[in-house]
Amino acid sequence: MKTIVCIKYVPDTSEAVIKLNPDGKSVDSSRFSFDINDADNYAVEESVLIKENSGGEVTVLSIGPKQSDVMIRMAMAKGCDRAVRIEDERMALHDPLVVAKVLAAAAKNQEFDLILTGCMANDDGHMSTGVALAEELGVNHASMVKKLEILDGRVKAHRELEGGLLEVVDLELPAVVTIQTGINEPRYAPIRGIREAQKKELLVKNLDDINLDSAHVDEEASLVVLEELYIPEVVSTAEMIEGEPEEKAEKLASILVKGGLV
Amino acid sequence: MGNILVVAEHRQGLVRDITYEMLAVASGLAESKDDDVTVLAIGYNLDEIAKNIASYNVKVLVIDDPLFENFNAEKHQKVLSALIDDLKPSVLMAGHTAQGVDFMPALAVEKKLPFVAEAIGLEYEGDQLKATRQLYSGKVNAKIAFKQADTCLVTVREGAVEALEPSNVAGIEKIDSPLKEDLAYRKFVEYIEAEVGDVDITQSEILVSVGRGLKEDKNLPVIEELAEAIKADIAGSRAATDAGWIPHDRQVGTSGKSVKPKLYIALGISGAFQHIAGIKGAKTVIAVNKDPEAPIFTIADYAVVDDLFKVIPKLTEKLKELKG
Repeated sequence: MKTIVCIKYVPDTSEAVIKLNPDGKSVDSSRFSFDINDADNYAVEESVLIKENSGGEVTVLSIGPKQSDVMIRMAMAKGCDRAVRIEDERMALHDPLVVAKVLAAAAKNQEFDLILTGCMANDDGHMSTGVALAEELGVNHASMVKKLEILDGRVKAHRELEGGLLEVVDLELPAVVTIQTGINEPRYAPIRGIREAQKKELLVKNLDDINLDSAHVDEEASLVVLEELYIPEVVSTAEMIEGEPEEKAEKLASILVKGGLV
Repeated sequence: MGNILVVAEHRQGLVRDITYEMLAVASGLAESKDDDVTVLAIGYNLDEIAKNIASYNVKVLVIDDPLFENFNAEKHQKVLSALIDDLKPSVLMAGHTAQGVDFMPALAVEKKLPFVAEAIGLEYEGDQLKATRQLYSGKVNAKIAFKQADTCLVTVREGAVEALEPSNVAGIEKIDSPLKEDLAYRKFVEYIEAEVGDVDITQSEILVSVGRGLKEDKNLPVIEELAEAIKADIAGSRAATDAGWIPHDRQVGTSGKSVKPKLYIALGISGAFQHIAGIKGAKTVIAVNKDPEAPIFTIADYAVVDDLFKVIPKLTEKLKELKG
């Protein structure tokens, strides 16, 4: 099984206040730490599990800056075999259909049976890139997959619907499968793997290297325009419990007990 | 005047709420331009479903064929691809759901049409359609304009607007499926129902729920002691269940369970909309989070902006004292 796993380097904003850049079209991410996108981390683990169980090889594919090499090396430390990173200023990356076009052009240069992506990115959260990528490549797909069974020339994908309900679909390979978080337990990279990853191939390519005309993926080519970003007003009618942590605990306890809530 | 086509979502004989939420979005948009709204239902044995949808005073196109007994993204794409050519809708709308996300991006690529995912609002500015969507789990909004095209494709977030109420009954028209044969390359196999665990959190009176802010499972005792002191069940956000801190059947949110406790205590949960949608039935919500702008505070009744590890052990202590 030849697998490509697509991963993205994203800022950790889970407990942070976000500020915008003066252009009003991007987020000031200078104070954030970056790491692999949550769902992509599960996709990496799934690709390595497939290699361990069914043999084959895994290629990491990522679009991003030099700094994301740390994340790519980590995926290789876990068992991925080689990597391609696309870096180019000319892409309208706010549009998931553009991202899909770039990934497709890079994937066309590789042999593959299966492409895994995370089903959603922590930052822009379109849940669209993987499904669009399948269409660009003219292959099958299943999205939001919580369990993946590898069969001969096919896969059985368990898609996560609502309320814990799963939809099982049977797909002919090649296919793109977008991975939902929780499908497996991502491993920590072993020390030996980290050493070996330094010697594995990591190719950095631009649009010309993947034979993609920039006029197909730039702002002009995108069919949508990102007009502005803004911070939505957090309208909270909540009663703020103020004070030092101990005072807050006291006030809260009193509200709970006197209000008959506990 | 254009025509807004809404792709109805239904499963196992029931229309899903997102269909009526999309009708609210579509009729708001249609009013401003004097557009028509039409719903397309694709499936099998759709008489009841079509009647239900038509009672929202909207014309329903029905493709009722055994080929569509169960949802299959590839079949939806093929049908919609043909109908975009035939009907030339100005807007094609589907839910940003497990169904919609599985065919809309591919359809947009195939038809080379502009697409925005997970809109929470849609409006015309002059003749240009613009969508509002959210990034960074709701911390940032984006306004996106569709470039000029015959049809704009959009998926709409679940629960972003109130569903429309039924009013007059409008007409139902059956049309033939443009797809005539089954597809060998993607087949529906089965549905698998959710697992049932030892505690059914949908029935809990008090829930203490944790999120990413727990950081690691060795911090669980902080939560367990609070839960014990107030006889609460423990639940978690997607992040907490994915990390293995909390069993999967105790996940709160759209992909997990919708809960309706008297008291919901959210600890270290930022409150992505999927989570908030799952706690709409909670009577009182207390949220503790370090980030003052965490979306969880928009629906909380009591808000504590602080480190849960500084506040919760003290809270447990005080509660034990007060309750004796």
